[in-house]
Order: sequence, then C-alpha cells, then structure tokens
Amino acid sequence: MRFVDEFREPELISKTAEEICRIAGEERHYRMMEVCGGHTHAIYRFGLKDILPENIELIHGPGCPVCVLPMGRIDDGLSIAKDPNVVFAAFGDMMRVPGTQGSPLEHKARGMDVRIVYSPSDALKLARLNPEKHVMFFAIGFETTAPSTALTMMRAKAEGIRNFSVFCNHVTIIPAIRAILDSPDMRLDAFIGPGHVSTVIGCRPYEWIAQNERKPIVVSGFEPLDMLQSIVMLLRQLRAGEAKVENQYKRVVPWEGNRAALKAMAEVFQLRPYFEWRGLGFISQSALSINDKYAEFDAEQRFDVPGIRVTDPKAAQCGEVLKGVLKPHQCKLFGRECTPEHPIGALMVSSEGSCAAYHNYEHRKAVMVSLSSIA
Amino acid sequence: MREGSTREESTTTPAAMSVESAPVRFRDPQIEMAHGAGGKASRKLVEGLFAPILFGGNPGPLGDAAHVDINGTRVAITTDSFVVKPLTFPGGSIGELAVNGTVNDLAVSGAKAEALVVSYVLEAGLPTSILEAEVRAMAKAAREAGVRIAAGDTKVVEHGKADHMYVTTTGIGRLIPGVTIDPGSVRMGDKILLSGPIGDHGITILLARGELDLEADLRSDTRSVLPLVEALIGAAGPGLRWMRDPTRGGAATSLNELARDCGLGMVLFEDQIRVRDMVRGACELLGLDPLHIANEGQFLAVVSPEYSDAAINALSMAPGGDEAQVIGEVREQPAGTVLVTTLYGGSRIVDMLVGDPLPRIC
Repeated sequence: MRFVDEFREPELISKTAEEICRIAGEERHYRMMEVCGGHTHAIYRFGLKDILPENIELIHGPGCPVCVLPMGRIDDGLSIAKDPNVVFAAFGDMMRVPGTQGSPLEHKARGMDVRIVYSPSDALKLARLNPEKHVMFFAIGFETTAPSTALTMMRAKAEGIRNFSVFCNHVTIIPAIRAILDSPDMRLDAFIGPGHVSTVIGCRPYEWIAQNERKPIVVSGFEPLDMLQSIVMLLRQLRAGEAKVENQYKRVVPWEGNRAALKAMAEVFQLRPYFEWRGLGFISQSALSINDKYAEFDAEQRFDVPGIRVTDPKAAQCGEVLKGVLKPHQCKLFGRECTPEHPIGALMVSSEGSCAAYHNYEHRKAVMVSLSSIA
Repeated sequence: MREGSTREESTTTPAAMSVESAPVRFRDPQIEMAHGAGGKASRKLVEGLFAPILFGGNPGPLGDAAHVDINGTRVAITTDSFVVKPLTFPGGSIGELAVNGTVNDLAVSGAKAEALVVSYVLEAGLPTSILEAEVRAMAKAAREAGVRIAAGDTKVVEHGKADHMYVTTTGIGRLIPGVTIDPGSVRMGDKILLSGPIGDHGITILLARGELDLEADLRSDTRSVLPLVEALIGAAGPGLRWMRDPTRGGAATSLNELARDCGLGMVLFEDQIRVRDMVRGACELLGLDPLHIANEGQFLAVVSPEYSDAAINALSMAPGGDEAQVIGEVREQPAGTVLVTTLYGGSRIVDMLVGDPLPRIC
C-alpha cells in the first residue's frame, strides 16, 4: 500500500533503531512524552518499545480525546437523548466509554436511539433523512476533528436545517501541554508532537515549549519510521543541548497550519473560560463552545443539561496516569477492577488509552521475561 | 456476519449433575449486541450461562460442532443463525452464508455435511421476490457444497419485529475418518496455517451497509471450505491437530480461544498473513485490525511441523487454496496468548475484542 508500506520498511526501521541506540548511548535516561493518543496506539501496535533501548522512556500524554472527557459530560449528553425523539450520534470511539448509567452502547441496548457515525456530516445526513427526529452529534476531539464539526454546522445553517445540534466537547491541545508542564511532579526531556492536530494548527503554537521551557519538540507522523525518525531528531537536539520545534511530518503538516480549517473554527466556536479535563482538573481556556451566531445548533443551549459532575472512583488514579506520573499498572485498580471488559476509567476503553494498551503490554512483559530466561 | 448463534456446542457429554441448580457465573444485567459479536462477551455468555445450565458444569473446550454418539455411530451436529444486514452484498447473500456457514462449521470439526435443516423467521411485508432469491441461493450453495436440505420451518413475525429475514441452519455431518480435532493435542513447535487472505467478508459487509463513503472492489469470501479441508486431511491427516473457521471476531478470536484452551502461545509472523490491499486500506482508515475482521470462507489449522510442507502443498493445489500460508507457530510462551511479530523485531499482543470492532475516528 503506497504511503504506508514505505514507512514500515523493515530494513530502514532496523537501521533507524540502531542509530537511536548509537546516539542515545548508555550514560543517561531520556523521558519523552508522546502527546497524541494516536502515537500511543502506534507504539503498541508496531511494538516499538521492543526495538528502543531501555534508557528511552516513552510517557503517554493527554492526547486521547475520549480519555480526558469527564464522565459527567457523557451523562449530560446521554440525558438529552433520553427523549425518544432525540438521536445520539457519535464516533465509534465513544461507544464503549462508560457513563454512570452505562456507555452509549449500553443505552442503545436499552432502547436509546444511538448511532455510530464516521463524520459530523454523516450526523447531518441523518438529520436530513429523519426530519421527525432531532439528531444530536456528540462532538469530541482536539483541533483534528473540530474543523469538520464547524463546517457541518455552517452547512446546517446554510441549508436551514432545524433538527440538528452539536453537544460540543472539543478541546485544544496547547493548554493541556501547559498543564502537564506546570505539574510539579512532571519531569520530561522532550515531546513527540501531535501529528493530526498540527495539520490544523501548524507548528508555531509549540514555539513557547522550545523557547520558554527549553524542551525540544518534534511533530511526528504515525508510522513506525516516522516515530523512530522523530526520536532521532529529539535525541540529536538533546545531545547538542538545543531546544527547537521541528517538523518530521512535513508530508502532511504545513508549518503555518491549515488556514481554511482555522477560519471555520473561528466562525463557529469560542473559547470556554474553563473546562474540566479528566485527570487534569479544570484548565482555563482549554475547550471550545459554540458561539452565539450558531446558538441554534448548540445542544447545551437547546436542551436542559443537568450539568452532572462525577468524581472518578477514589481508588482510580486516571489523573496520575494521564500526566505520566504513574505507569498504568501502578494504579490500584489496574487489571483488577478495571479491565478492557469492565473499564472504570476511559484510559482503559480507547485503544489509544494508555491503560488499555498497557494492559496487554505488561501482561506480555511478564511472559517475555520468562521467555528470555528459557532462551 | 453471524450473531447470536449457538454454534459453540460442547464436544463432551453432559455431566449427570442437576442442571436446574447449576451455578450461573454470567452477571451482566442485560444482553448487549456485544454478547452476539463472537468476542469475549459472547464467550462469557456461553461459558457463564448456557454451558452450566445446558451442559452441566464445565463443558471443556468449545468447538465449532458437537460430536454425538447415536447407537455407536458418531456424527457431528451444529447450528447457526444468520442475521446479516444487508441481505445481499458483493460476493454473496444471507442464503449462501446460511448454507456455507454450517457446512464450514462441520468441516472444521472434521466432518462432511450430509443434511441441513433450515428455519426461516420472516418479517411480514418481505417481498416474495427477495425470499425466492434467497431460497434459490441456498439451493445453489447446497448443491455446490454437496449437502442436502432435508427439512425446514417457517415463522412470520409482525412488520418491524425483525429485519427482513433471519435464517437458521442446523447441519448433521459424517466424521471424516482419521482426523481428531482437539486443542489439547496441540504441541510446541506445531505450525499455524491459514487458508487465504483475511477480512474480505467483514469489510465487504461494512462497506455494503453504505454508511461509509468508501468504495472498494471487494467481495465476501463466502464459500464452502470442505474441499480445502479434505485436501488438508488427505495430505496431513495424522498431523492435523486443530481447525477453526474464523468468522465473527476474526482470526484473533479463534487463535486466542485455542491459546487459552491448550495453554500455549500462538506466535504469528505479520508479513506472512495475507490481507488484500483494499481490506488493509479500509482497516488503516478506520483503525481496525484485520485479525479482528470476520471471514466466511477461510479456516485456520494447526499441524505438526513434519506435516506442514505437505499441508501447504496440498492446499495450494486445491482450487481456491493457492494463497494458503504458514502464518505462525505454537510456542510455550507467551502462554495463553496470541503474539504478532514483525520483520523488524517489534511485537504486539492481539487479544479478543470485547464486542464488535468499532472504528476509531478522532
């Protein structure tokens, strides 16, 4: 497959891995955070930890949209859809994420009209096809998905569609990175920058990380060679004592971002004064709401929203895991009360969530140890 | 895609304990779609509720068909319900699936289907032309598979209480001599074989639903695997340990079940697993793993190493078997687990899914 296989070429991967070992040396330890959940997923999917030297530690960041969504928001969205005239439409990513009364899929089993859509415009299509129903799109995601939500609302307005709304949970990546850096228990050497988000916002918004915080950041693609090359670029900066923003994912990410997408977002959204992030708490100006011009499409204004706040179970340490302070298996619930079959925290649900990914990896590491002892 | 079937019959005889008081371990308060998706949730339902009450106690490993003794003659029996949407799709339709699915369940248990019984649940309002087309499709598939449709039943439910039509087929088969399919016989060093490319059926159905604006020149792989199974048995019968057709839940689920049943590790070589570019592309876009996608015309087999070349040769010579491959081997570690390794030395665990594969977008 073109544009994919080139970046999975075994020989090049092995060579790049060797280069990483050579540059990294053995005398020091490197802590790099991959901000994006897509990178976390790729690390596990391609088994990259197996080919990296032990002194390179990858820390999973906050860039998994379903993982950082507080449970109360899911409850709020589902409470609107208790009205039998309302269709709850969301990405497949959301479907197994638990609310206090169960996940969207469990609500569907009890009779709620829950639909999986592949894009916000599919939700709008549902609204056109079902004029007797109200279709509410439960929007999640960073700047990656926010533009398509914005464009969909612009189209709905242009077409005069009345039975469509958006329950907006869009969040922005920069305040989350700032919160991570401000966290006193966090010690990081460098960042693997998010690839998809950066196609929209570009690379400039990261400059403060390099200039003020003196941390290198490399915006990276998602194939094994992309990620390994990004690690090489970070190591070179660290060895040279530099801190720059670099773009490894040039084939997709323009330095200045996507102006059309940013314009669509500016047309429809405004910054919320603050928003609650699961595990990170309230972060100011870290999320988007729908502005007055598009108020008719704002589910939070159209419907009574209970504004439910749910505190995570006391024993669950999603926050510490999300900030990279704890490894997933160090959480008290990991693998016992909280498993992929019965997730308590969202990190265990999404395949981009570090707990779900780790659940397998730790399991494997144990067997690998016994494997090497036989060999 | 098959959902909610009761194909996991026990291969052991029911214990003589009081089944009315059998302890039920299944604690989920309600039935979800996931319980019919063939993954972990399905297994929990079968092992936690059906098996203790219906079979009494631990049923042992669950196969694709049960072997029962009737007056000293052992026959294979299995059943499967088909609830696919849409009814027709590139490469097949519900009628064909209903015949091939049951023929295949018998085949991979080491039996040749002799007769099928068909049960239809029809929704009032179903156009007769659709029913006729499906009955004809069944007749054609049965003729091709060499199986007789011997009896049937029809029920009609109110409009809106079913999705056009559901078909259940129950098959009875003659055991092919000289074969024992038993996960307990799988040994370290055995080879894992796959009959052809994976994921064609599941991705075809996903695209045929029309919910994605994706088009691909792709067909379901629905077919009878009996000729391939017979070729395999002919060449490698004494070395054949286990077979399974990886339908719902995909190859990952079948191999995880085997790993659990035999307590050994299934180590797969990613570059040896054939996946068509169309299927790979769709999986890349949707964040799915081809190993979790349903198949209707492929099977997995484990053979002892000395028979693996003969097995692959025989499969390759048989019609439709030219893409058969050794995709992995059985190792002591990682016990009870399926591990996929890459050419560059990376590896990942592939677990069963809880329910249906859900696309990742954001």
